[in-house]
Amino acid sequence: MRLDEQTRRDFPILERIVNGHPLVYLDSAASSQKPRTVIEAMSQYYARSHANVHRSIHTLGEEATELYEAARDRVHRFIGAASREEVVFTRGTTDGINLLAEALGRTLGPGDEILITELEHHSNIVPWQMAARDRGAIVRAVPLTREGLLDLDAVDRLLGPRTRVFAFAHVSNVLGTITPVARLAERARRAGAVTVVDGAQAAPHLPLDMSMLQCDFYVFSAHKMLGPTGIGVLWGRRAALEALEPARGGGEMIKEVWIDRARWNDLPWRFEPGTPPIAEAVGLMAAVEYLEKLGMEQVAEHERTLARQTVEQLGAIPGVTVFGPPATVERGAVVAFGVEGLHPHDVAALLDEQGIAVRAGHHCAQPLMRWCGVVGTARASFSVYSSPEEVSLLSHAVASLRSHL
Amino acid sequence: MTPAARPALYSDTIRERWRRPRFRGELAGATGVAEDVNPLCGDRVRMMVRVDDGSIAAARFAGDSCAICTASADVVAELVEGRAAPAAAALGAEDVLAVLQADIRPSRLRCLTLPISVLQQALGR
Repeated sequence: MRLDEQTRRDFPILERIVNGHPLVYLDSAASSQKPRTVIEAMSQYYARSHANVHRSIHTLGEEATELYEAARDRVHRFIGAASREEVVFTRGTTDGINLLAEALGRTLGPGDEILITELEHHSNIVPWQMAARDRGAIVRAVPLTREGLLDLDAVDRLLGPRTRVFAFAHVSNVLGTITPVARLAERARRAGAVTVVDGAQAAPHLPLDMSMLQCDFYVFSAHKMLGPTGIGVLWGRRAALEALEPARGGGEMIKEVWIDRARWNDLPWRFEPGTPPIAEAVGLMAAVEYLEKLGMEQVAEHERTLARQTVEQLGAIPGVTVFGPPATVERGAVVAFGVEGLHPHDVAALLDEQGIAVRAGHHCAQPLMRWCGVVGTARASFSVYSSPEEVSLLSHAVASLRSHL
Repeated sequence: MTPAARPALYSDTIRERWRRPRFRGELAGATGVAEDVNPLCGDRVRMMVRVDDGSIAAARFAGDSCAICTASADVVAELVEGRAAPAAAALGAEDVLAVLQADIRPSRLRCLTLPISVLQQALGR
């Protein structure tokens, strides 16, 4: 059975009628929908077990703590981390990158370099600009080839003795380009730079194994992988996390506090000040269980097929431009496209009239939009519940768009 | 999608103004020019005015933007021509909506208001 046939009835929102049409949700890269198990796990948690974690010596406090830490164990196995201490809960990908930019930023000096790439989301650009500005450091970017892949020759040129951080996306949220994380991490290590990987568009769609990726840090969000908003994961190699001085203080992240100083808690709590997103961790755990039951290899294969079909069908429509690598190159679960003579927002609004939800705009990747030579694009993106029928509906709707405006 | 089933998001006026804007173009001898972007989508609009003796002798717009934003800019330019500068600067979203005859959703309201705020900048407000 196809993955969408297996999963669709688990997602209550997919029963919605939008503007008189059954919802065709093709915006999962912005945020995925949630299976009933995630919604119920969170509501059960609030109905039965909620209390603060780690400091309440009572039954509910212990249950909440157990659930929260069980979520960490689940994520630890899901991503192939060496130990549970390497899994830090954050508020999301953006929060994770900011945490790293603040902490790593403190170690930078004038003239040090942070290397990013031209295909980054703003959340993997702006925090580094802020870190660089504070320390007199410089942000540089790896250019793209004409096909929308990273220019690997340029990587070697740009990774120099002053490069302290190399931050890049595992999967582009616009082009769908998949970057060779292990190879890039290896080159960065030789140059003495720390690697930070934005996995927001990879964790929901590809099998992950931190021991194979060889990077120092990897961050992602729960809400794009069938889980709730408000929680994300920062994975760090133990040695890399231990070398990192926490940049955010508060309860929970300390062992002992005096008026003039404090001693940090152990990993991973050292990086989790304040009350964490507990219900969200419970929801994330349910999402990971759901994905594991499907199998990430099956998830990846299903979405690869949909992306390929979309590239082929949209690419065959006169006046439609598909951005990113050609259909023969493996890509993530996103397809950005433009319709000649129509603004992407108008494309999205006209598709919405038929119940089809796509994203339109600059996708928080303005440098990449300049590379594409457009103000914005429309973008269809997929998850486990997306179907070939939905891809066909999209293609037919796009083919008839130009007559409507 | 039949025309009958289509909600009034894109009214006939918006379609008409988007296809054939009347006030798009450069303005020779402009006395006020401003340009801004919609952070939501990256749309860019430039408004140009020539103020003569306290009132707007001519207004034009340029830019790369969606149908709603383009239609709004076109209507804004039309509405302010001949008006005294303070009256032009007081132009509001409801004035433009009245001409466009469209049901603009909150998520697209900024597309409509961008040309208005850029005009105010061009008038030095």
